[in-house]
Amino acid sequence: MALRIVSRKAQGLGFRHVRGLQSFSLPDLPYDYGALEPVISAEIMQLHHQKHHQTYISNYNKALEQLHHALSKADSPTIVGLQSAIKFNGGGHINHSIFWKNLAPISEGGGEPPKASLGWAIDNQFGSLEALIQKVNAEGAALQGSGWVWLALDKEQQKLSVETTANQDPLVTKGSAWVPLFGIDVWEHAYYLQYKNVKADYLKNIWKVINWKYASEVYEKESPCLERQ
Amino acid sequence: MGSCCYGAFSASSHLSVTDFSRGFKSPKLPCLSKRQERWFARPQGAPKISAYYGLRTPPYKLDALEPHMSRRTLETHWGGHHRNYVEGLNKQLEKNQLLYGCTLDELVKVTYNNGNPSPEFNNAAQVWNHDFFWESMQPGGGSMPILGVLQQIEKDFGSFTNFREKFVEAALTLFGSGWVWLVLKREERRLAVIKTSNAICPLVWDDIPIISLDMWEHAYYLDYKNDKGKYVNVFMNHLVSWNVAMARMARAEAFVNLGEPKIPIA
Repeated sequence: MALRIVSRKAQGLGFRHVRGLQSFSLPDLPYDYGALEPVISAEIMQLHHQKHHQTYISNYNKALEQLHHALSKADSPTIVGLQSAIKFNGGGHINHSIFWKNLAPISEGGGEPPKASLGWAIDNQFGSLEALIQKVNAEGAALQGSGWVWLALDKEQQKLSVETTANQDPLVTKGSAWVPLFGIDVWEHAYYLQYKNVKADYLKNIWKVINWKYASEVYEKESPCLERQ
Repeated sequence: MGSCCYGAFSASSHLSVTDFSRGFKSPKLPCLSKRQERWFARPQGAPKISAYYGLRTPPYKLDALEPHMSRRTLETHWGGHHRNYVEGLNKQLEKNQLLYGCTLDELVKVTYNNGNPSPEFNNAAQVWNHDFFWESMQPGGGSMPILGVLQQIEKDFGSFTNFREKFVEAALTLFGSGWVWLVLKREERRLAVIKTSNAICPLVWDDIPIISLDMWEHAYYLDYKNDKGKYVNVFMNHLVSWNVAMARMARAEAFVNLGEPKIPIA
């Protein structure tokens, strides 16, 4: 477990070290709370970021501190007992940190379709961007309870896939080779104040602010042997 | 094993061919007797019958729970979510004649299929859960239970305060969407606080729910945003209906022996 690393390169990366124990902090949004209007309201963005994401981080830090104590005392029941809290809150931190980067204001390229390698890969695998959008929306609508829909890249098999995870499970829980290109939060808190129970409208509209540029960057980084057709 | 009486006289399920005398024993698909199955193998052109369930209205007006639960929440929660579950269930049942003839309680247990739920389970269970939830609340609710319910709570939790703490804690530590229940466990013959995920309800384990609290975000987000603690406390202080809990406990005691009655000597 890497809890005792002594690296001092913590500045600006969203965590700091105290007595060798990592502590995570809320990353800033790369845009204003109101920048995604009218697709996602400023009220939702502010609550989502300042309350929900912050709560996950606070609880994650608490759980990690308790884990630290339990490890030092070799208290196995507590170590194992904390795993669900770590998965839930840590997962919430991971997922939301990715989510903020998956969105961009329309004025900064949000919604612009992917080009180059990612665009080709999508056309090859799903037929067209529209087909991918349909698939993601269908999976998101069918998801029961709370969870996330992801466009995932299987690093080993070099193929794209639409995956869902429950609650705050990060994508890696589905397989260590999966890398998230983007995720859509379908917890009700992500859309309820604006769209109420009409999840389908939220899913239809969110494509206007999806940051395909970021998804392409991740895709190109994780696919070193791209076959350009 | 009889199911809990709740829903047995449900005005919301319309059945044309039912055999109540047979009783409901195992969680397979016994809703159709041999006679009914033969009846279904009728020639083409015979009128198609489909079971359907109706949207039960809450036992109070939609603004009656103000200011603790707003009319807007009731309109969206009952009129939107609950209604969608009912309509979704009816659509699924149109295509699945094997599930014909069940009461809603039976349908929930059958579609749960001992832990391997069929696609209809989510809708059936959520219809049941929401019916139960609206009736677990009343205008001017809250405060404390009395008589038998209070005695049983004190017996099983030590004190009402302890029960309340456990209930609130369960609500606040639920990960994701789900429900919190005060339930009467049939085998252990005692009350317990349990939390379930998504659509699961204690019926599937054959336990008897006494009150429930919806912890899906849609239940409180419009009124309380992310302040779950406030919502749960308001529910306990102002909404929960101990009258209904008393009625449910009384019915439950017909199925679960909670101990010898106190017979006065001479």
